[in-house]
Amino acid sequence: MIKVDTDKCLRCGGCVGVCPVSALELTEHGIKCSGRCTSCKSCVNFCPVGALSIKDD
Amino acid sequence: MIDMLSNLPDEVDVLVVGMGPGGSGAAKRCAELGLRVIGVEKRAEIGAPKRCGEAISRHGMTERIGIEPKGPWIVQEVHGAIVYAPNGTSIKVDYDGPEGWVVERKVFDKHLASLAAEAGARVIAKTEASGFRRENGRVKVTLKSGNESKEVTSKIIIAADGVESKVAREMGINTFNKLPDICAGVQYEMAGIKHTGNMIEFFFGNDTAPGGYIWIFPKGRGVANVGIGIRKPWAKKTALEYLDDFVQSRPELKDASIIEVNSGGVPVGGFLTDAVDDNLIVVGDAAHHVNPIHGGGIPEAYMAGRLAAETASEALKARDFSKGFLKRYDKAWNDQRGTRLKKILKLREVIETMSDDDLNWLAEYLKGDDLVEFSRGGSGLVKLGKILMKKPRLIKLARKLL
Repeated sequence: MIKVDTDKCLRCGGCVGVCPVSALELTEHGIKCSGRCTSCKSCVNFCPVGALSIKDD
Repeated sequence: MIDMLSNLPDEVDVLVVGMGPGGSGAAKRCAELGLRVIGVEKRAEIGAPKRCGEAISRHGMTERIGIEPKGPWIVQEVHGAIVYAPNGTSIKVDYDGPEGWVVERKVFDKHLASLAAEAGARVIAKTEASGFRRENGRVKVTLKSGNESKEVTSKIIIAADGVESKVAREMGINTFNKLPDICAGVQYEMAGIKHTGNMIEFFFGNDTAPGGYIWIFPKGRGVANVGIGIRKPWAKKTALEYLDDFVQSRPELKDASIIEVNSGGVPVGGFLTDAVDDNLIVVGDAAHHVNPIHGGGIPEAYMAGRLAAETASEALKARDFSKGFLKRYDKAWNDQRGTRLKKILKLREVIETMSDDDLNWLAEYLKGDDLVEFSRGGSGLVKLGKILMKKPRLIKLARKLL
């Protein structure tokens, strides 16, 4: 799963465009990550502002 | 807020999702062709927040978008460009008159949306479309605005919902971008800069903006968009960190003010060759309709929207909304724009493998007009190939172009 640093996130939705399994969604309240996430880190590596990280379960 | 949804028809010919330039281009053309069309935008304000450097070339504006560059959305005429190689060597392109414009996207996008409305489209902001399901050759969609919701049936959906393109994915086309195919972008709109002028500036280099470039696009009165696009695997830090390093290194910028911060993804890896499915046409960023060298996509999106509308109109006449019929959109795009963009992509793929030393060396051989040719995918391929042949180490690359 993905953790979003809401202080850094600009809600641009770019990460949604790199998610191969459509686990991310840009909602009115920011980026939401669903259970489909495989922790592939594409979005973490992409994020222009470094707002994403992998959540430790 | 008034209940905007209850006034909408239950059934339309085309539902356009996303009212950026691609959606507005589609909605306007649909209306002109006499189709019943609704255009929805999930954000509360069309055109904001921008994810864009806001520059549009003359060709893009007058031919692909097809509008007169007049109105309050024009904030700066562009009279030329300066491109900086990694070592600071600059190549200048000068024009006598405006060869492009910097626009205010939130004004410009609303202008395009209002042109669509004027033509007869119903445009509605702060409305989200979801739950797409095909039934009896049509698509049922749930529109939500605040607490209101409404079900609408449409024969065709035009997905113009940007790089995140939820619609296409829900309807069966996975539009996701692999990391080397998408630029991570960040931009500061800055104010209080001395001498913004009328030239757009581009800065290249693997330490400055790996896999992309930094831009300074003037907006008049000491205001400019200062932004960056970079790509993995070349980038070692975040786009924001590269941009901050650049701003700090520039005397004219480091003490300037920041009046807006934006980020976004730019799909530069080449457009979707399969941008249609049953009842579905994908346009703009969602279909990766972007110039792979400079990352601009407003004219591409608008043009794709127009082509999508024309295909939709033909489909209505033929009463055929199948993927097989809609394929003519892919062909039209390819014929009118795609072939050219493929050439530009090929050129980019050669440039991106070059080291900073190679780029510095190359800059000595290039003139401004060559760069313009490169970005347009004209005769640039052969010219660049011939130059690269001069350096033994680059001959292999040159062969890809010749």
